[in-house]
Amino acid sequence: MESQQEYKFKVIGTRPIRHDGVDKVTGRAKYGADISLPGMLHGKVLRSPHAHARIKSIDVSAALALPGVKAVITGQELPELAPGIYQMGEIPINPQYLSRNIMARDKVLYNGHAVAAVAATSPHVAEDALALIKVEYEVLPHVLDVRKAMADEAPILLPDLRTSGTLEKSDKPTNVASQLRFARGDLAAGFKAADVVVEREFNTSMVHQGYIEPHNAVAQYNEDGHSTVWVSTQGQFSVRELCAQILKMPSSNIKVVPDEIGGGFGGKTTVYLEPLALLLSKKTGKPVKLVMSRSEVLRATGPTSGSYIRCKLGATKDGTITAAEIWMAYEAGAFPGSPVGAGCMTALGPYVVDNLQIDGFDVVLNKPKTCAYRAPGATNAALGVETVIDELAEKLGIDPLEIRRINGSQEGTAQPAGPKFLRIGCLETLEAAKSSAHYKSPLPKPDGKPVGRGVASGFWFNAGLQSSAAVSINSDGTANVVTGSPDIGGSRASCAMIAAEVLGLTAEEVHPVVADTESIGHTDVTGGSRVTFATGYAVYEAAQEAVRKLKQRAATLWKVKEEDVAYQDGVVSCVNNGQEPMTLKQLASKLVHAGGPVSGQASVNPRGVGPCFATHIVDVEVDPETGKVEILRYTAVQDVGKAVHPSYVEGQIQGGTAQGIGWALNEEYYYDESGTMRNSGFLDYRMPTCLDLPMIETILVEVPNPGHPLGIRGVGEVPIVPPPAAIANAIYRAVGVRMTELPMSPPKLCKAMAEKNAKK
Amino acid sequence: MANKVHVETTLNGEAVEFLCEPRQSLLEVLRDVLGFTGTKEGCLTGDCGACSVILDGRISCSCLVLGVEAQGKNIQTVEGLAQADKLHPLQQKFLEHAALQCGICTPGFLVAAKALLDRNPNPTEHEVRYGLAGNLCRCTGYDKIVRAVLDAAAVMQGR
Repeated sequence: MESQQEYKFKVIGTRPIRHDGVDKVTGRAKYGADISLPGMLHGKVLRSPHAHARIKSIDVSAALALPGVKAVITGQELPELAPGIYQMGEIPINPQYLSRNIMARDKVLYNGHAVAAVAATSPHVAEDALALIKVEYEVLPHVLDVRKAMADEAPILLPDLRTSGTLEKSDKPTNVASQLRFARGDLAAGFKAADVVVEREFNTSMVHQGYIEPHNAVAQYNEDGHSTVWVSTQGQFSVRELCAQILKMPSSNIKVVPDEIGGGFGGKTTVYLEPLALLLSKKTGKPVKLVMSRSEVLRATGPTSGSYIRCKLGATKDGTITAAEIWMAYEAGAFPGSPVGAGCMTALGPYVVDNLQIDGFDVVLNKPKTCAYRAPGATNAALGVETVIDELAEKLGIDPLEIRRINGSQEGTAQPAGPKFLRIGCLETLEAAKSSAHYKSPLPKPDGKPVGRGVASGFWFNAGLQSSAAVSINSDGTANVVTGSPDIGGSRASCAMIAAEVLGLTAEEVHPVVADTESIGHTDVTGGSRVTFATGYAVYEAAQEAVRKLKQRAATLWKVKEEDVAYQDGVVSCVNNGQEPMTLKQLASKLVHAGGPVSGQASVNPRGVGPCFATHIVDVEVDPETGKVEILRYTAVQDVGKAVHPSYVEGQIQGGTAQGIGWALNEEYYYDESGTMRNSGFLDYRMPTCLDLPMIETILVEVPNPGHPLGIRGVGEVPIVPPPAAIANAIYRAVGVRMTELPMSPPKLCKAMAEKNAKK
Repeated sequence: MANKVHVETTLNGEAVEFLCEPRQSLLEVLRDVLGFTGTKEGCLTGDCGACSVILDGRISCSCLVLGVEAQGKNIQTVEGLAQADKLHPLQQKFLEHAALQCGICTPGFLVAAKALLDRNPNPTEHEVRYGLAGNLCRCTGYDKIVRAVLDAAAVMQGR
């Protein structure tokens, strides 16, 4: 591997206009819901009005009799799958649970759980048909609270479920799907050595990714058993594999075309509608389109876990953390699979802790099955750890950034899960935060209301996983880059820039394409902060391969040895004879005489992942009358390895921060006693608008990732981790109350302030 | 066909006729009847602004307007912003400022920003934020969107 230090970047680090930009500002870009095919039918899904109920019968006859209705399916028409785990690449999935989440069989497990689907000549007819389907339910007791779901007397969702990860096997039905523990050192001795110990409990609500584009799918089933799915997804190869598993079809018989995607944040890494669209298309012989309503998105796709967390930290007078004990239970939703493992692995990521014990529990309850959401599991855990560290700092009279620096992780620090960090930028972000203009500035006092400044840090991984790329040289000396990574936030641009850097072209001379499952090698999802790292790695290798071939072609033309040809900045030259150097443009036009066209391919599964650290600073103003929190100023500092396109790196940070602010202050799944989500729309599921936020300042720290030829780290996820804790800490500095429950909405803050005043 | 209504309207400066069911929204007519899919659906309840159009000079959520209500009206959509082969300054500034990530909210933001600048050519940052508060973006944190609109306003004012 070449050292990134030797690189003098020409394209990487600049800010070209993204290649798909014009299509997206003119309305020409085709998203999944924009697809229309001749003869296309429209589907709708009937969903459970109960949180937990047995399905006694479903009568679809009246719906089928409605003019325009072409097919109705229920869970009985999906293949029955054996229990067990299927490894999709490195990701374990349970096809039986997945299938049952897509369409209920004998029981519905949450309000919104799909029970039937209709295909009709228009979406309105399909909707009318839903009202004609008669479902007889036997309502069962339900459970919505993670700790109540763990109790012995809790209603059981999945009768076959047994806790995995325990030392002793139990045959008792349970809602605890798994438990895990990380432990090292001597916990008791660690706490004994501490001068100050702080312990607090935290509760966080289930929240949604909130992408603006609802889920969609169009499927065309062909008579020869082959079929095509058009869909807005974070991973076309995953959709193919999951549909094949659920429908028991050969995966190569399904072609998945990734349309433009209107946001995902982890939520579009699985399937909901795709298998139903395929089944309805098979039944009717026509293309079928399904698009969710916003309410369906909130009620029936995968939000991230609400959680209960207990966090106890001890430190000596000089600020050294001596012990950490953390216990967390995460809501998985109706089927196992919360991100509690990642929560356990990231909670103490920014810190050196020798004595620790972290317990995590994955718990099913009657809410939608959770799915990935930006740094899944880490934000919940960070709320606990970062708030308690703030309290330690306060009690010890140490600056909150300084206590983080004293304990900060660095190269060689062992992570809670064991592996040691390679070169990381944790300390560098803390230093940059401390010397930032924001941290050095006095607190603003616009209205005379209480104001406070808070800080928090965060840690998240960088997934490697599999990626493929192809680089081909055009006859005019430009290049095409084909990848399998759907572009959610500018990754076409970053992949094109990496190819341009290697080929010595401008960013504009490289044309990036996102390909379907039959046009590029396997590529895992756009997620895990991995695309610019791993797909970028494949692009780098493919472009290197193209360069090798270009040198071969020039050697053939010049009748010299291949090793005598050099390639630099888009120019081929001959080392030791008098050949006139050729630009790539000149060489490209002559390839037909020198062995033919040039392309390079690469498929990778890179291991040199570069974890990411962030430190955020926020100033808030609290209205003591209403409990409303105003964000006055926000600065996000992050180690980004090497920012390929700094504007889109800033964009990831600003967007993740805004999501974290929403999570902190407003967003929550609000259930009534019947287990119905009462705020399943954007009016009441209140995400930040631009009026709720200030400009979000970013400071990019670049500590190159030694595991990547260009120093690239994942950057997309960690910015959502610090905001709730940073804001909680700022609120404390403003009004003296420690908020331990998300969201920190006005009623909760008013209550906390009133309780504090009552104590006085 | 008997239940469809004949509607005459003006779309991006062109006279347009269509047939629609009385229950179809203007959003559905634009997208599914007329094929103008640049206007996006995000919520169907008027809360996200992805379906924003300018209706007789006023910013409107096309999901809350019926297709039949477009009779005799003047509708502007994102497809009408660029003139010939030249992008509108707002479109150009959105590109330069990287004011979009996934792009699904972008048409609605551009249309809302156009409506804002039509009535207030020289807005402050707060006025931009107020004017765009009916549009949700989940990717950008709005920072670069607000900068792009302020910059476009400056360019359009010849500054």
